[in-house]
Amino acid sequence: MLILECPYCGVKADETELSAGGEAHLKRFGPGADDESFEGYLFARENPKGVHFERWRHSYGCGKWFHAARNTATLEVYGTYPAQVSVPPKDILKTISAAVPGWRWRDLG
Amino acid sequence: MSARLATYGRLIDRTSKLDFTFDGKPMMGFEGDTLASALLANDQMLVGRSFKYHRPRGVVASGAEEPNALVNLGEGARFEPNQRATTTELFGGLAARSQNHWPTLEFDVGQVNSYLARFLPAGFYYKMFMYPRSFWKHVYEPFIRQSAGLGQPPKERDADTYEHFHVHTDVVVAGGGVAGLIAAKAAAQSGARVLVLEQNAHWGGRAPVDGGRIDDWPTDGFVERLVKELEGMANVTLRARCMVSGLYDHGYVLGYERVSDHVPGAEGPRHRLWRIRAKQVIVATGAIERPLAFAGNDVPGVMLASAMRDYLVNWGVAAGERVIVATNNDDAYRTAITLKKAGVEVLRILDARETGGGALMEEARRLGIRIDCGRAVGKVTGGKRVKAVQICAHQGAGGALEEVACDAVAMSGGWSPAVHLWSHCGGKLTWDDTAAMFRPDESRAPTGADGKPMAVATGAANGAMTLEAIAADAFAAGRKAAQAAGFKLKRASAVKADPAPESAIEPVWMMPARARVGLRAKAWLDYQNDVKVSDVQLAAREGYESVEHTKRYTTLGMATDQGKLSNINGLAVLADTLGAAIPAVGTTTFRPPYTPISMGAIGGEARGEVFQPLRRTPMYDWHAAHGADWEPVGQWRRPFAYVQGGEDVHQAVNREVKNVRQGVGLLDVSTLGKLLVKGPDAGRFLDMLYTNMMSTLKPGKCRYGLMCNENGFLIDDGVVARIDEETFLCHTTTGGADRIHAHMEEWLQTEWWDWKVYTANLTEQFAQIAVVGPKARQVLEKLGGMDLSKEALPFMDWKDGAIGNFQARVFRISFSGELSFEIAVPASQGLAFWETLMEAGREFGIMPYGTEALHVLRAEKGFIMIGDETDGTVIPQDLGLGWAISKKKDDYLGKRAQERSFMASPDRWKLVGLETTDGSVLPDGAYAVAEGSNANGQRNTQGRVTSTYYSPTLGRGIAMGLVHRGPDRMGEVIEFPGTDGKTYSAKIVDPVVYDKDGEKQNV
Ligand SMILES: [Zn+2]
Repeated sequence: MLILECPYCGVKADETELSAGGEAHLKRFGPGADDESFEGYLFARENPKGVHFERWRHSYGCGKWFHAARNTATLEVYGTYPAQVSVPPKDILKTISAAVPGWRWRDLG
Repeated sequence: MSARLATYGRLIDRTSKLDFTFDGKPMMGFEGDTLASALLANDQMLVGRSFKYHRPRGVVASGAEEPNALVNLGEGARFEPNQRATTTELFGGLAARSQNHWPTLEFDVGQVNSYLARFLPAGFYYKMFMYPRSFWKHVYEPFIRQSAGLGQPPKERDADTYEHFHVHTDVVVAGGGVAGLIAAKAAAQSGARVLVLEQNAHWGGRAPVDGGRIDDWPTDGFVERLVKELEGMANVTLRARCMVSGLYDHGYVLGYERVSDHVPGAEGPRHRLWRIRAKQVIVATGAIERPLAFAGNDVPGVMLASAMRDYLVNWGVAAGERVIVATNNDDAYRTAITLKKAGVEVLRILDARETGGGALMEEARRLGIRIDCGRAVGKVTGGKRVKAVQICAHQGAGGALEEVACDAVAMSGGWSPAVHLWSHCGGKLTWDDTAAMFRPDESRAPTGADGKPMAVATGAANGAMTLEAIAADAFAAGRKAAQAAGFKLKRASAVKADPAPESAIEPVWMMPARARVGLRAKAWLDYQNDVKVSDVQLAAREGYESVEHTKRYTTLGMATDQGKLSNINGLAVLADTLGAAIPAVGTTTFRPPYTPISMGAIGGEARGEVFQPLRRTPMYDWHAAHGADWEPVGQWRRPFAYVQGGEDVHQAVNREVKNVRQGVGLLDVSTLGKLLVKGPDAGRFLDMLYTNMMSTLKPGKCRYGLMCNENGFLIDDGVVARIDEETFLCHTTTGGADRIHAHMEEWLQTEWWDWKVYTANLTEQFAQIAVVGPKARQVLEKLGGMDLSKEALPFMDWKDGAIGNFQARVFRISFSGELSFEIAVPASQGLAFWETLMEAGREFGIMPYGTEALHVLRAEKGFIMIGDETDGTVIPQDLGLGWAISKKKDDYLGKRAQERSFMASPDRWKLVGLETTDGSVLPDGAYAVAEGSNANGQRNTQGRVTSTYYSPTLGRGIAMGLVHRGPDRMGEVIEFPGTDGKTYSAKIVDPVVYDKDGEKQNV
């Protein structure tokens, strides 16, 4: 059972007060998008053993959505940050590079 | 025979006698006994039958690893199956029954399986129950059901209570043996808060049985002093009878405390689940002795050498009178020596090693015990108890050199560290070839949120197998854990045990080393699931190379003991058969819980009324006092109908429907979601959320809207009222309020975070009452206040104003097809307003109505209901709701998805009305059959019933359903086979069967 720090209210939240929201930094494809792009947006998801970026909601706390950068294999948490960004913050990317040299996640790393 | 001796028994109090029964037979034990020690003291060798072959089985171990001695414990509301006799503390009046036999333990018909063993090989279930297919339902399934499971399920509601503890600590020590206690003190000396959990009722683990000296004290004295010292430390908490059941992410530890199993009915909870967050976990869980795989190693009286020693030293019970010891290591000599000193005849030590052991062997020899090196057990004879041992050369096929009569056999195949906890959350193991065991790999520990190790293994659990090594390792582990938890170490003197060197173990995975087939087929690996050496070898020959596959194919390690005794032996046999190295084959995955924990403990306090919160509207008590027949809707309770006088619930529903159609009814709609959406971008936001255009709605107006997810499927519907230029009030379904609010927030926060919109869930701020029926306006006008005429407040308008003395917001919306006013008042005014309406409406025959009447009324009008007409695969276009999809908008959630070819296909199932040819009511959920059948031999289908009711208005059944190309097939009759054996014929009709033009709601 994970503990993630909510970047909004600062609470170190137990997983029981959070809701998982799947992969972070999805780009929305709407009307006009070709089938392949739309399928990728709606269904294709990363499933890494290692570095991953996820969406979480502090459901039983402040109610805010945030992102977590963490390692699915070692359970290390590299950082949490607000959901209102399209790419992870630089300092978190740096932390990951130090912990997992040569990591890749989508076009990051 | 097994019996109680006059001496020994460090854990029992001979002055306190306890009466108990086994299979109804009265027996006597002492305070401090386990059920297993008490049974052995009463010469009850046979305690159960095995799962597959129903072989007679006796106690083989003395702790949590016991595979055989599982009993039905207790009676009535305190009945529980599969309780391990070895971990059940004896109490006065205990009633245990043996399991898995018929008609009796002594005489069991199922044992015939044993003679059929040749026909029940590994993978039997996969091979036998496949063909012919038709046999599955009437032959195979009943057979499997009959023979599945060990004990019986309890029939009564559990009489006990349970609770959860939430704890944060610096260090958790799992295991209160010498390693755990030494490590706890070493950690606590730094100032760290330390929680020590021990599964047994007593401290010190095996050390007091095994002897030796630590810091110049005999082990039992050392343990006693150390426990006292720890109890005196403010930063240390000790709990016995509390097993660490699992280690999970980020230092989450579950402890399972059996608070009152040994005093049933005592005040307080029976079990307590400790939900712990620890910075560091010290795994001091000890080790488990391995059986030897020789023929007849499951005959009652064959026991682990350490267990036999435990029964003698701890409980003063000798497992036999004439004992043979078989071993491949030095430790079993301790059993021989202890038995001999207690006056038990030790006939022989069979040491598989050609050169035998070290100092312990010399001690045994000095005591006059005969030691045969390079010898092995060829076979144990006897049925319900050991009669004799055929002795053979270990490096042979099992040709008997000699047969020696005896009544008990102590076996030791070496020790396996209890690495379960270490492995639960990703800790890896390393194979130690010299010691022939898997032990924790310190360099690959389970890691925490910081990516650093969160556990330290120590003592026997870490592969330290001598007291000297254990003491040193535990002291270091305690300090290491404290440091990792962020504490500064202080100077402390190390703990030292006297050295007692032992000779090396010689791995023995099968005894004798080249045992012939007949012997291998009687050499058990997994006692509980009846898996033999020959089964694993067969699996290997049949191509099962992965240990995980072999496990499932043979069921090795899949019983309630999770293979505590069988895992290592089993995978070693597999490796041997495959010609692979043991570490190359690897272990199966260790998963929590370590031993089964009770469902009660998992549930804790969450049962009965506190299982989940009950949401009540302000009028809840009024409904209850007026005959409400409750229906759960999410966490709410809504009246299904108000049952009056002598009528039944269906008569009540019919009366309520008629009263709404002809007079006036009141419906509590407070549970409907009320979400306020406000801000300069509110209209733009709702245009994305709803399929309709909401931004063009004028203040003062209402519009029915549909919401889809990005996959195009309907998720909710409801009426949106525009309050002012920047403010909308969105009604959702009762079950949808929280979900849709979360849905709005998700899109606002994660996609359109720069849009200026706020949302608020006002559901519970207002009581909302629907006044419905041709006389609704008369009732309201009688109360006085705002103008509610058609001209002042037309259909689909809303207005704030006064009704009588109440400040109200009135919506002219209708879910029944009748003249209808939905009126919101502050929640605190809800009950008063309801009662005022009932009073004012009396002369008009006003009656409350429930959710079932609401359903009938909406179904007569062909209105859909989320969850009935939708199931997560239905798009608005399927329901004839194309009119509610804006053609002018570039985008809304679900628009792109609805453009996919399958969504636009004319072959989709679409909404129609269904009219039975005989007026009967269609069964809910029934499928309409089509010509032909599918690949599984089932009839093809062409539609299904989504809503079906008796309509008192029409005096016959009405229904809606989704039918293949339904709207193009009006008038066609299709067939719905029911589960009652009848087939219903129904004509495809328009779903609206009442007031098609909507004149009645618009008056
Ligand atoms: Zn928060």
